[in-house]
Amino acid sequence: MQTEKFYYDNQIVKWFAWATIVWGLVGMLVGIWVAFQLAFPALNFGIEFTTFGRLRPLHTNAVIFAFVGNGIFMGVYYSLQRLLKARMFSDTLSRIHFWGWQLIIVAAAITIPLGITTSKEYAELEWPIDIAITLIWVVFGWNMFGTILKRRERHLYVAIWFYIATFVTVAMLHIVNSMAIPVSLTKSYSWYAGVQDALVQWWYGHNAVAFFLTTPYLGLMYYFLPKAAERPVYSYRLSIIHFWALIFIYIWAGPHHLLYTALPDWAQSLGVVFSIMLIAPSWGGMINGLFTLRGAWDKVREEPILKFMVVAVTAYGMSTFEGPMLSLKNVNAIAHYTDWIVAHVHVGALGWNGFLTFGIIYWLIPKMFNTKIYSLKLANWHFWLGTLGILLYAVPMYWAGFAQSFMWKEFTVDGRIKYEFLETVTRIVPMYITRGIGGTLYYIGVIIMAYNIFKTTKIGLFTANEEAEAMPLQEYKAHKGEHWHRWIERKPIQLLLLSLVAVVIGGIIEFVPTFLIQSNVPTIESVKPYTALELEGRDIYVKEGCYNCHSQMIRPFRDEVERYGEFSKGGEFVYDHPFQWGSKRTGPDLARIGAKYNNAWHFNHMLEPTSTSDGSIMPPYPWLFEKTLNFDLMPAKIRAMQTLGVPYPEGYDKQAVEDMKKQAAEIQADLKAGGIEAQENTEILAMIAYLQRMGTDIKNKK
Amino acid sequence: MKFINYLESITGIGIFPMLSLIIFFTFFVLVTLWVLKADKSYIKTLKNLPLNKDNFDQNEKSNEI
Repeated sequence: MQTEKFYYDNQIVKWFAWATIVWGLVGMLVGIWVAFQLAFPALNFGIEFTTFGRLRPLHTNAVIFAFVGNGIFMGVYYSLQRLLKARMFSDTLSRIHFWGWQLIIVAAAITIPLGITTSKEYAELEWPIDIAITLIWVVFGWNMFGTILKRRERHLYVAIWFYIATFVTVAMLHIVNSMAIPVSLTKSYSWYAGVQDALVQWWYGHNAVAFFLTTPYLGLMYYFLPKAAERPVYSYRLSIIHFWALIFIYIWAGPHHLLYTALPDWAQSLGVVFSIMLIAPSWGGMINGLFTLRGAWDKVREEPILKFMVVAVTAYGMSTFEGPMLSLKNVNAIAHYTDWIVAHVHVGALGWNGFLTFGIIYWLIPKMFNTKIYSLKLANWHFWLGTLGILLYAVPMYWAGFAQSFMWKEFTVDGRIKYEFLETVTRIVPMYITRGIGGTLYYIGVIIMAYNIFKTTKIGLFTANEEAEAMPLQEYKAHKGEHWHRWIERKPIQLLLLSLVAVVIGGIIEFVPTFLIQSNVPTIESVKPYTALELEGRDIYVKEGCYNCHSQMIRPFRDEVERYGEFSKGGEFVYDHPFQWGSKRTGPDLARIGAKYNNAWHFNHMLEPTSTSDGSIMPPYPWLFEKTLNFDLMPAKIRAMQTLGVPYPEGYDKQAVEDMKKQAAEIQADLKAGGIEAQENTEILAMIAYLQRMGTDIKNKK
Repeated sequence: MKFINYLESITGIGIFPMLSLIIFFTFFVLVTLWVLKADKSYIKTLKNLPLNKDNFDQNEKSNEI
């Protein structure tokens, strides 16, 4: 049989590589910016679009989906072609995928600062962009499977399994979590409410980490680490067990984000057990990566690419050990809502994702440009700056996390809370500054890399279409006595289906009982739907991204009950589309803020936080005092809520605007009685209405 | 459209996690057994796929036909 000549498409890999670098620079810069805002709130320059609550989601989305996302596609498009001995299925699909993904990123970069958000962490984009993501994701999958089907290599290497699992699981997660009822082009309400919404969100949120930041990168590790070390992976057998155990177990772990919350206890326990089990496959993967370098450690000393990869795999090992530990309820009780979690996440993001990406870029670009890296010295500088940056980032954040948590929980001898919340914040501001410096060092490293790579592309000669030869695939006949697993490996569709089954089992077992069975979320009679003005206030709360710094979930701990009030019950959130439990307490919990202060306090606090709370790092919200309430959408919002099962009376949509104006006027009058002139029908009135309602349904009704 | 509370309660919910544990455990054992028994040269072939060593022939004996 004749060998066939064909060409690998390097152009698309180059594009994705540049997109990775450029978006990395953008996303990380926003990260540094918000980091310093926590120490110096004035750094939002008094502009609503650049306030922490709006920029933080921009940072997370940019680094996850723009930096890491493009990094995944860069690595997949390079390795897939080589592993399958075939050009990508369709150049057109490759290009639609590339430009579609960049357009989505641009849309995100515009809408998030505008406050167009669903408020679901790492899934903040509104429904039209969600649909675009789905379409482009399908294009990616189509292109990948097209390539797999026309391959010249019978066997699918383990990296490709990870790519397939990534494709199918991300599709499932994205679709299930994005279910919403549109109210307008830029506003929708989550289909789920309260406890259910939280469960779906963190099933998504955790598995976005698992199947966007981990499995595709493990696939890349299994390809690029052996390439860079010029030796095969330590144990291919281990990689098979690694794959199946990891994808099966990961999907269950989501509820560990909701320990001690109003989520039913059995679901929490399930999350804990599976999180602990995760150590095994994760460390299997780490050991496999590190042992691949056995006998090649002398190279690690010389070669910055391998240094990056070694630190990446080590960071993977550390964060996948820390993750399960954080899932233990006793550890979680300390760590949750604090900066410990921020440190944990960044060891994974900066170490594992960042460093593996850099290693791959340093390896790929010279290969495609037929040259050596422009400056080995600069690459080494990048490595050391990055490593130091990670340390300077993580250590102060661990410190801050512990310090704050212990201060929260400390009582005086006569049984009172020792520290006001604000004291626990002002105490850790120096840590926030150090963290910002760490991030800046890391960033300087990335700038150096961008320069180094740019110079490399200038001295080299790019091969857009790389020539290759391989035998075409012969028709295959299964023979007796072959191993059953080979049947899966040869058939990508079977592999896809089995991966889907593996990940669906976990989701179903967590969801079905929580969704369908009443006893899991006991209803509380006194909990009533929000008034129209409160609903509008809640939407403003969502728009401003308050959930980025404030939780609405009081855990059943002595200090929290003492500080905030009665612990939160699942039945309190049945009308919360979407839920606003939050995941971080940079500011205090707000679940029972209602009726704690008077309207005037909230008015002054929102206008100038330091006027009521000296030393507060919350930014002022002056625009809420000028913007007039949006009445036009309210009828549609009420109808959407009715569709979702919120029991507003029939025909209430026509009456809602009247109600809104009436309640706003009442608050305005109350403020006036206290000597404060608020403008008529401004957004602040709705915000105050919502804040004053929060948690009052069961207050004093213990 | 309402997603909630179709059933008042459910009996025997314990079977759910138990079933999934059994499924997982069985699958895990099967994969492990297979992996341990797998043909050495076949594993070697797969292992070397990323490296452009041409030690892999489509018609080699271990590779059927």
